[in-house]
Amino acid sequence: MPTPIITLKHVSRTFRVKRHLIKAVDDVSLSIGEGEIVCLVGESGCGKTTTGKMIAGLLAPSAGTIEFCDQAINQMARAAFRKYRLGVQMVHQDPYASLNPTQTIYDIIAAPLRHHKFTRAGADTRARARELLTLVDMTPPDDFLDKFPHQLSGGQRQRVSIARALTVNPSFIVADEAVSMVDVSIRIGLLNLLTRFRDQLGMSFLFITHDLALAKFFAWEGRIGVMYLGRLVELAPARDLIARPQHPYTQVLLSALPEADPQVTRNKPRIELRSMDVPSLMRLPTGCAFHPRCSKFIGNVCERVVPELTAAHGAHVACHLIKPGP
Amino acid sequence: MTPTLSIQNLTIEYAVRRGAVQAVRNISFDIRRGEVLSLIGESGSGKTTFGLGVMRLLPTMARVRQGSLLYRRDAASDALEVLKLNDAALRAFRWKHVAMVFQSALNSFNPVLRISDQFADTAHAHGYLRGNLLAARAAQLFTLVRLDPERVWRAFPHELSGGMRQRVMIALALLLEPQLLILDEPTTALDVLTQRNIIDVLKELRHKLNFALLFISHDLSLAADLADRVATMYAGKLVEIGDVFTIFQSPRHPYTTGLIRAVPTLTSDRKDLTSIPGSPPDLIDLPSGCKFHPRCPLASARCKSEEPELEDAAAGHQVACWNWRAI
Repeated sequence: MPTPIITLKHVSRTFRVKRHLIKAVDDVSLSIGEGEIVCLVGESGCGKTTTGKMIAGLLAPSAGTIEFCDQAINQMARAAFRKYRLGVQMVHQDPYASLNPTQTIYDIIAAPLRHHKFTRAGADTRARARELLTLVDMTPPDDFLDKFPHQLSGGQRQRVSIARALTVNPSFIVADEAVSMVDVSIRIGLLNLLTRFRDQLGMSFLFITHDLALAKFFAWEGRIGVMYLGRLVELAPARDLIARPQHPYTQVLLSALPEADPQVTRNKPRIELRSMDVPSLMRLPTGCAFHPRCSKFIGNVCERVVPELTAAHGAHVACHLIKPGP
Repeated sequence: MTPTLSIQNLTIEYAVRRGAVQAVRNISFDIRRGEVLSLIGESGSGKTTFGLGVMRLLPTMARVRQGSLLYRRDAASDALEVLKLNDAALRAFRWKHVAMVFQSALNSFNPVLRISDQFADTAHAHGYLRGNLLAARAAQLFTLVRLDPERVWRAFPHELSGGMRQRVMIALALLLEPQLLILDEPTTALDVLTQRNIIDVLKELRHKLNFALLFISHDLSLAADLADRVATMYAGKLVEIGDVFTIFQSPRHPYTTGLIRAVPTLTSDRKDLTSIPGSPPDLIDLPSGCKFHPRCPLASARCKSEEPELEDAAAGHQVACWNWRAI
């Protein structure tokens, strides 16, 4: 187990919507090590983005603690907190909305460099900006530095977004659906770029996506966590999770996913759900939140007891049907 | 058998400040009776413009430069030139013959009208059933798309989930028994399980009602799951068309090949996947010759100067590439 960079201990987050309390994230524990890639997958509203935002420090947990290099972030001294804020950066989903349209690429990259005093003189900043653009394969960098975001393609904008995150030398990047708005023909290129940072700079990633096939590709040697209605229901090495899913929800997701091969996709065994309706976060089912839809529902215990995430067959699964074991 | 829609030499352009941009360039193909044809391509490839062109719903800055769209409701009826319909004929044509479902179902409904009123509006505009007869017909359609008629009929759009709204939209599109249904990215905003449900509903519907389906999507896996034939668009041009199994197992166009290799699947090995280098072209400033040549691994001198047209690679499989034999 590599040294953990980010550790979540029983983290929950509730939001108040009118008079209701909504549990967006409920009791999530997870540790991500140096140079590790963890993908969080799940449907909209499952809490994956909220989890990412809490790790990046953009939202505070309502309960539980998040640790950066073994120190709880809400108890950090000023210097340590600054180190954490620089150490964890976020790449957002929409490269059309996350870059200021009135600034040139140079301005966008120079701002954090100057603000955090990574560079001093203008020439220094420009040289560093060139280096960063080269790092994200935007070469020659001088072709791009004085352009505005609207002059770039979606893929190039996302590269600028990544370069901006790299300005402060982070050790951990939270990427929230970072390639879902980029053309399919160039997604793999972007993910390979991120993998290269992992290999060369030892960077760790939390990659949030709804696409399991993409998660398998990017996590490969890392892990995938599946979330359902605020809870982590399965956490396993990426290829194991895809090949041998244990939680009934993971199994349903995998069986429902169409695949880019007509032979494979038309012959996939299908798992039927007991109900198509996704429960509202305002009225979560008792016990296991998946029980009203679960095809393997076994009655009483599912309705009453919330299953804990427990070690089972090389993974961690939260389901009453799964016998704990190595 | 005569096709439902025969598209010939269709070119659509947009007037922009810097000149005219051709979003659809000289496209010809047939949509056969009762088939599912999936049109795939990346953003900006012209697939949505093409769909809107067939419905004659193009924005005012766009115009059809040339071409013809011949529609036949059934083998016995006369061909209708869609591009020559006047306003009244066009209003009758849409929905009754060709209907379209858009990406965002929420934006397609009037938020202050109940579903029943939205059905009544459509029925009224086309002099179709009303009252209890309409309600009965709608109930029949709701059952087909696996919705509970009781729950949906008197509901407002915001009371339904995304997947339910999309299914109501499909039911509404089928109200007047169109022979061609165009779906533009109908599941993009939906979750995996909801998407699966919609795909299954569509498969069931086409077998029961036997209409042709033009399915516009950037998602190869949906095409693989649903389509009988697949057509690939790149920079406004149709570059390959063929049977779904042929296209996925032995594609002949380097762009289709590249696209299939760029999409990870649950079963694919990591090292089999590669991006297509470069990025999709700027339509205002298109490359010379074959528009794919700057990104193409097979590009030769001829590709830079001459643009290839579709030719037969095998029976029912056409490709627009000078070097398709090399793939």
